[in-house]
Amino acid sequence: MIQTGDKPLSTYPHRRDREVERNRMKAVMNNLILHLHPAKVPAPALKFTYTWGLGGLATLLTLTLIGTGILLMFRYDASVERAYASVQYLETQVYFGSMLRSVHHWAGNLLLVVAFLHMIRVFVTGGYKQGRGINWLVGLGLLLLVVAFNFTGYLLPWDQLAYWAVTVATHLLSYIPLVGGGINNFLLAGPEVGQDALRNFYAIHVAVLPAAILAVMTYHFWRIRKDGGVSQPKRKERALKLTTIPHLVQIELVAAVTLLTTLFLWAMFVPAPLEALANPSQPPNPAKAAWYFLGLQEMLLHMHPLAALALPGIIFAGLALLPWWDAREDDIGVYFRSAIGERAALIAVALGVLLPPALVILDEFWVDFPGWLPWLPTLISNGFIPLALTLGGLTAIYVLFRRALRANHSEATLGLFLFLFVSLVTLTFIGVFFRGPNMALVWPFS
Amino acid sequence: MKASTEMSRRHFLRLGANALAALATLEILGASLLFLKPRSMEGEFGGMVKAGPTDSFPPGSITEFPDGRFFLIRAKDGGFLAVYRRCTHLGCAVSWEPAANEFVCPCHGSHFDFYGDVQNPPAPRALDAFAVHIEEGDVWVDTSRPQSRDEFKSDQLVYA
Repeated sequence: MIQTGDKPLSTYPHRRDREVERNRMKAVMNNLILHLHPAKVPAPALKFTYTWGLGGLATLLTLTLIGTGILLMFRYDASVERAYASVQYLETQVYFGSMLRSVHHWAGNLLLVVAFLHMIRVFVTGGYKQGRGINWLVGLGLLLLVVAFNFTGYLLPWDQLAYWAVTVATHLLSYIPLVGGGINNFLLAGPEVGQDALRNFYAIHVAVLPAAILAVMTYHFWRIRKDGGVSQPKRKERALKLTTIPHLVQIELVAAVTLLTTLFLWAMFVPAPLEALANPSQPPNPAKAAWYFLGLQEMLLHMHPLAALALPGIIFAGLALLPWWDAREDDIGVYFRSAIGERAALIAVALGVLLPPALVILDEFWVDFPGWLPWLPTLISNGFIPLALTLGGLTAIYVLFRRALRANHSEATLGLFLFLFVSLVTLTFIGVFFRGPNMALVWPFS
Repeated sequence: MKASTEMSRRHFLRLGANALAALATLEILGASLLFLKPRSMEGEFGGMVKAGPTDSFPPGSITEFPDGRFFLIRAKDGGFLAVYRRCTHLGCAVSWEPAANEFVCPCHGSHFDFYGDVQNPPAPRALDAFAVHIEEGDVWVDTSRPQSRDEFKSDQLVYA
């Protein structure tokens, strides 16, 4: 501090303000929260409608899941003979058993949705740019961990839903070239879902995955601060900075209380489903995978399994490479990049809602490559050809954005991936609501 | 010149320690993999199952073994074939429908004929087979390793 006479130069004219400021900074330094957040954050980064608090909500859901999960472990038996009975006991005899299981169930499903939305938010605001590439990858890893959590947890109630969804999904895994058989073998530890599979899933669900997700989450948070906090657009003048306590913490508290209240109320009125005891000789019709795999299962009805797995594989690889593929950095922190980007996003969403159902109906009633080209092996006619057509269609969408909208690479990429995200949601809806017995197309609720 | 070709004691010890650490890591990995290796038991599903004497299965019949997870098929000419009840599409359990003379998967609508050949997709290939041995007039089925096959061929039948 420069001394001029005996009066210190300060940005704060009043002594009281200076003291308040100093006390706040002190509270800040001594507080655990500040090991997570910086002491001060730029005011625009606090705008709720920029981040929607999705990362924080995902964290809170994870903590809720760990808390309820630990309690559930005290009442659950991971054995084929006793698992279902222990869940029934939990539902009917244990104080708050039904509610805790319900909170755990819905929080797990909600976490999948929130993590997916968080990824989309980061994607549409270009949050993987300006050196945030590694953390984008870490985030994708966390998303996979959340999927693995949901998948392994699905089997534990050992009811018909659990048994057949996991049977179908592990069989789906075995179609992955080279490693699929091995993964399937390791998970099931036998030719079909049984005691070994249940024990494996339990160990992975309650020990391996929690350890992994806590480690990766910690790195994810540390990395956010290392990368300079929440992504923000470039500004001419420096943004006003506010202290984290109370400005950020207040928002987080309100969001947290709202989420927990909604979650617990929902869990009270909508209990977690529990069907009849698993029966390995009587599959239900239709036997569907868990809802978050139904987009993939829908693809499987239209393509050879290798093609149906290759397509999401290629898309996921594209997502992972995004920070290097779309290296333009000046549009970071702006929703949909620009006005052109906004238009591309709107078209992408419309295409994502309309195109997949049209293609599903077309393929169901008219397209039949194996029938038209009977001299080709089905791997080509029902695998390579539809895959090539789909990838060609995606390229056409990208070119459409570039040419018709005069979008730059970053805006067109935004449109392309938004189309893919919305398509995945649409396909999942078709799988959940429009597939009936024998997986035939049906009207829902009829 | 001599010094550059010789390894210092410190360098040697460090190299040795690293090599030992690498060896220990490999050992732990190997031990963990062996620890987690799936096991199967004799006499139940996943091992050898005794189906019964050959003459208890009339030619042209199909017998289900729910505990063994397989159907024992005896062709009209007396040949035996054991098929795994797991549908080759996504792993549901198929059932034998005598009226329609076919195996039906209730999950996604695949149909298979008497020998397990695909009649109606989406199943990509015929039902998997289990190795059948006939010893001293008894039929044994090895349920440890399902054998995948594209279609039924007559050399898959085993004769007494």
